This record gives sequence, structure tokens and C-alpha cells, in this order.
Amino acid sequence: MDNLRELYQEVILDHNKNPRNFRAMENPDGFAHGANPLCGDQIDVYLNLKDGVVEDVSFDGHGCAICTSSASMMTIELKGKTEAEALALFESFHHALTDDEPHPNDVPLGKLKVLTGVKEFPVRVKCATLAWHTFDAALKKVQGDISTE
Amino acid sequence: MSNTDQYDVASIRNDFPILGEKIHGKPLVYLDNAASSQHPAQVINAVKELYESGYSNIHRGVHQLSQDATKAYENGRSAVRGFINADCMHEVVFTSGTTESINLVAQSYARPRLQKGDEILITHMEHHSNIVPWQIVCEQTGAELKVVPISDRGELEMDRFAELLNERTALVSVTQVSNALGTVNPVAEIIEAAHALGVPVLVDGAQAVPHIPVDVQALDCDFYAFSGHKLYGPTGIGVLYGKEKLLNAMPPYQGGGDMILSVSFDGTTYNTLPYKFEAGTPNIAGVVGLGAAIEYVQKTGLGAIAAHEYGLLEYATSELKQIDGLRIIGEADHKAGLISFVLDQVHPHDIGTMLDAEGVAIRTGHHCAQPVMERYKIPATARASFGMYNTLQEIDVLVEAIHKTIGMFS
Repeated sequence: MDNLRELYQEVILDHNKNPRNFRAMENPDGFAHGANPLCGDQIDVYLNLKDGVVEDVSFDGHGCAICTSSASMMTIELKGKTEAEALALFESFHHALTDDEPHPNDVPLGKLKVLTGVKEFPVRVKCATLAWHTFDAALKKVQGDISTE
Repeated sequence: MSNTDQYDVASIRNDFPILGEKIHGKPLVYLDNAASSQHPAQVINAVKELYESGYSNIHRGVHQLSQDATKAYENGRSAVRGFINADCMHEVVFTSGTTESINLVAQSYARPRLQKGDEILITHMEHHSNIVPWQIVCEQTGAELKVVPISDRGELEMDRFAELLNERTALVSVTQVSNALGTVNPVAEIIEAAHALGVPVLVDGAQAVPHIPVDVQALDCDFYAFSGHKLYGPTGIGVLYGKEKLLNAMPPYQGGGDMILSVSFDGTTYNTLPYKFEAGTPNIAGVVGLGAAIEYVQKTGLGAIAAHEYGLLEYATSELKQIDGLRIIGEADHKAGLISFVLDQVHPHDIGTMLDAEGVAIRTGHHCAQPVMERYKIPATARASFGMYNTLQEIDVLVEAIHKTIGMFS
């Protein structure tokens, strides 16, 4: 199981145990529900925007360690970002998990880098990106369910 | 352990080439048999030999290979007939699997008969493939789907079944063994009660045939569906058994070759059973492989296999129960060889990845039984399911891997 340390790093396990910004929001500007039907992950992402900047973002629901920790880290990274910065980070994060070569416009991942070990576990990529897809949907103020399928 | 002493599991394991594989450098411990089982060399070779020396399209061919292939195909049907003790060969219809078998009955038997207000009775522990075909046919006809609830232990609430079964019930469709809980249902009792009201019963035997000797005449079920690939046979081949009288009264499910006697633009005369339901060139190699799988299982004997697997189930249950924070989902008195479980601290998906690193293949998720997950208010389970080649030592590897998983996540 030692090779799994790359996947389940201490930081990830910590976020899984104590997820940050793990709460529902009363009247969010944006909200979306995300589900991964394959493994039963379900999360809600809540979002408040002010002048095009992510003022607050939170999530609740249940998922595996990769899903939960990714959601938790996402909320930390997103606060204070403009919409464009947030989307650029989402795209760059997605590239890092799925593509061998970086894309020219990719932005630095910062602390999210710890999640890139997921790339070696293709069936788990959806777990790591569910929160981001859901955030993306919330950002677009798309109501209702989205799916990673 | 006593009931596994006589059973030569080492020699059985030698017949399955894949069991010698290493996964992430560890010996494979294959505990995902409820999803699909592995194949003995006898099955692989039967398919290989067919393709190497005996293959052609079947029926109506005058050349030697076509006659040989036809014989091999019909020998497969004969093997199935004997395996489930059907009264005659033409009550055995080959399909692509349990799913198609159930859809065939839904569309060919139920759909023409159902009227608004009629009811189809299923249970809360059905696989999606024994739910959705009925939802579709209910939508098409205005019939209603009724569901027998299950208890906290994972058993059918038989008093509720008795209440839900009534003169509006057009068909009962029930799984013999739950793929998510392992529960063995009292199908004989269900069939008897349904027949008392003149209601036919379909039994979903996908999870039952590898573990329990099945006699469709003794059960007196009207339809019985199962797949080859959970019975050490190939994928893409399955069986629908139906009573002759019912099958004869049903229109074809699909139109095409082999299901007709004659075709003209004025009309078409359908073939007799079972060919009426086998449109198109069938899965010839699948049938040959299934026949070989049945022969293989019969050589060991389902009674002996069931006893061996029961030993595994008992041992695994008692070992898993000793693990702090582990909860078994589905604790019916009568279970076949599978255990669904959850851990307090670790999501099933993470359990699956951790166990995989130890070479242990289990399934995690909703097991195509989302209503079961909802019933127990869990998103998913981890499921270890046993086959004829699993050993007590492999259970020990499973248990050790679960301990390591908990250690990493706590």
C-alpha cells in the first residue's frame, strides 16, 4: 500500500477528516448539486460573488477521501479569485489530472498540486474533479443537477 | 472449516489461469465474483477450439462445419436444460444476458397483456435490470409498479408481500439472490403464493445459479433468467427459461433471421420455440463456452460449491465482524457468498483503491441497486463476493488489507 501514499498524502487525509468550509449557505448567489453515480459521491457547492470576485464558497454532502479533500482545498483556493481566475484554475487543475503535457495557458496550482497524484489512478479522476465541475455549474448559476458522466 | 476439507480448491484454482496473475506485485485475490466470475481453462479452450476447428454459422448450412457448429450450439442448450432441469430443450431461450431475458419478458409477455390498473410486483432489493424494464412497460401500458419492502436485516417483508399480492397483480418478478446484500429469497414460497392467485413469476437467477442448485420444475417458476458470465462462462450470453405454454403465447421480441419459418411481403410465419426468440445470428461461441462452464461446475457439483462458499461466508463474516468500525450491510439468515460492508472512517471508493493495492479485487459503489443503498441510507458499499476457487487464506488477505486501510485513514 506504500505506493498509495502518493495518492493519499497526509494533507489529503487531513482535509478528508476535517474538511474546510464544509457548510451549507443560507442565500447563496450560486448553488449546484453534483453527483458521481458510479461511486455515490454527492456534493453541493455554494457560492457568493461580489463584484466578480469569489467572496465565499462552501460545500457539503458526502464523498470519498479524494472527492472530499479536493472540495475542501478548492474552497480555500477559490476565495478572493475573480471569476476568470477561478475558471483558469479549474481548467489548469483538470489538465494536470488528465493530460500528459501542460497547456500553455495553465496557471500555477499552488497547494492543489498535492492532488495531482490522482493522475496515476484514472478511475479516481472524477472524484477529484467533481467539486470543481459543481463549482463551475454554480458559477454559471445553473440550477439543478449536473453529472460528471 | 470442516465442510471445506473434502473440497480440492487447489486443483480448482489450477484450472483458472488468471488466478496465477499478480496485481501490483501481489497475488490476485479475486473477490468480485458477483460482478463477473473468472474462466477455467476448460471454458477458454472450448471457445478456442470452436474458433480453431469447428466454427461456422449455424442452422440451415449444408456443409460440415455448419452442421458441427449447430450441434455444438444445441449441445449448449442441452447442457442448460439439464442444469436447470427444464422439461424440454425448447423452453431454453438464449439471450445476451439476464438483462435481455427480463426485457424480453417485459415486452413480449407483459406489454401485450397489461392494462391500466394492473400491477407488477417486484422487491426493494432488485438489481436495476429487474426494475427498469418494468418501469418502461408500466409507462407503456399504464400499469403500476409495486415494491415489496425489505427489513433492516435485508430480508423481504413477507407479510407485506402477501398484502401487496392481489387480483390486480399481473406478474411477480423477484431476485433469488440479492447482488447487493447476499440475501437468498424464499422464491418457492413466493411462487406458491402467486400461483394461488394465478399470477406468474419471473425469477432473476443471475446471482443464484453459481451458488445454488436450481430446478425450475421443482420451483415451478414461470420464467427464470440468468447470465453466463457469473457462472464461469463468457459474457454476452444468457438464458431465459420460460414455460412452453407461456412462451408459445408470446409474440417475438425481435424480428430478424432464424426467428422465422417463411417471409414474404404479405406476411411472415414465425419459427417455433425457442428460435422464435433468437433473432439474428446468435452468440455461438458464447453458448459453447456456457456449455463448457456448466459442465465444469457440474463436475465439482453445485452442492459441494455451495458448501465451500458457505464456509467462506461464515469465516469472512466472523472475521469482518471483529473489525472495529466495520458494519455489514445485509445480515439475512439465509445468504449466498457475498458480503457488503461499510467502514466508519473510510468511503467504499477509498476502500476499493486501498484493497486493490494489496491485490484484492472487490467492487465498490451502489452495485446497480440504488434503492438498496437508499434503504440503508448509505451512498455505497464495499462488496466482497466469493466463488468456487476462493480460499480461507484469501479471506485473511482481505481482512489484513482492511486493517491496513483503517490504519492509513485513522
